[in-house]
Amino acid sequence: MIREFGPDEVVFILMAARWTLVLSAIAFAGGSVGGLLVAMARISPSRWLAGAAMVFIRFFQGTPPLMQLFLVFFGITIFGVDVAPLTAAAIALTLHASAFLGEIWRGCIQAVPSGQTEASWALGLRYGMRMRHIVLPQAARIAVAPTVGFAVQLIKVTSLASIIGFVELTRAGQIINNATYEPFMVFGLVALVYFAICWPLSLVARRMERRFARIAAR
Amino acid sequence: MNYNLDFAPVFARWPDLLSGAWVTLQLSFGAMALGLIVAVLGVWGRTAGPTPVQWLIAAYVEIIRNTPFIVQIFFIFFGLPALGIRFSPNVAALVALVINVTAYAIEILRAGIEAIPKGQTEAGTALAMSRLQIFRHVVFMPALRTVYPALTSQFIFLFLSTSVVSVISANDLTATGNDINAQTFASFEIYLVITAIYLVMSLGFSALFATIHRVAFSYPLSR
Repeated sequence: MIREFGPDEVVFILMAARWTLVLSAIAFAGGSVGGLLVAMARISPSRWLAGAAMVFIRFFQGTPPLMQLFLVFFGITIFGVDVAPLTAAAIALTLHASAFLGEIWRGCIQAVPSGQTEASWALGLRYGMRMRHIVLPQAARIAVAPTVGFAVQLIKVTSLASIIGFVELTRAGQIINNATYEPFMVFGLVALVYFAICWPLSLVARRMERRFARIAAR
Repeated sequence: MNYNLDFAPVFARWPDLLSGAWVTLQLSFGAMALGLIVAVLGVWGRTAGPTPVQWLIAAYVEIIRNTPFIVQIFFIFFGLPALGIRFSPNVAALVALVINVTAYAIEILRAGIEAIPKGQTEAGTALAMSRLQIFRHVVFMPALRTVYPALTSQFIFLFLSTSVVSVISANDLTATGNDINAQTFASFEIYLVITAIYLVMSLGFSALFATIHRVAFSYPLSR
């Protein structure tokens, strides 16, 4: 039996957007912690550590996000543990975000002029103090625009969690489409919700990028 | 953990994996080639077309770039038959990929062309170069050099995105994995092998593009 595409269906899709936001927030928060570690490892003087970070980044930038999701999802079940789709997606996307943010932030840290580091050596600052008070605050300013840009990317990637059965925005759309067979209405609405979340972030990222380019050109 | 990884059922299906990888490559290169052609027209319309056309193209670019590819492919695969247009999964996948990559390519190409100062083309005119010569030597080659890195990373991004077309059962590499999975249930082994194939190909592309960059764009830059 085919259901009408009515207010209940619209509400179902809108409510499912919460889970897109929850998954994005978890992956972004986890990815921020992981990304900082990856960035620090990547620029550390230890070749071993830098190499390991490099392999980690190359893997996540060189394989489809969908496969990363599958490997975590099916990889955990190997241990005989049943894993909830949300958990698997959160782990996979946290690792994914760690690699991408790590590489973005590595670039930002290295963009801080080396004179700043040399000055802090001259002042006798140790590694921790140098990073915390001199390098990272300056890198953070450069990092804002590309980080917001990546957040948009990450929100879009959470849609792949629908494939392992996590009911977020995209999966909710599929469920409603299967019941109503109104693909234009359903996926149009789903796309609109994603757009409403992502577009403002894209605009913010672009404006900051432009402002930064103007400052840098001076 | 008392689970032994068994890759035999996966490797037994290597001809299928090979043809899946071939479809993935065809989709990637096909979508990139078609997307670039459409994008060139798009850039032209976006910069030189009448205002409504400019707005339309700008809206298209923003909509595509701010919605997930999987939603775009569902919209096309499930939506178009409702209009009486029927595509096989592979064709629908190609159409969705072209629509997706065109939006990104328009932005990349536009940035490349805008990076060329107007004085350069005027200098070309002053040197009595023909319009074709100006386009080729003053606009196109320098713009190509500017956009080349962005275009190649866009290609690798596209190549990795093709994995999503498995959701409409196009028979790409990922979908081949899904088929083998349905018959053998060796999920982890299968997707590990498939992931490795993707990784080898994308690293290969990176190396290839870097080499082409060195060879083709190595003439000295003006500073």
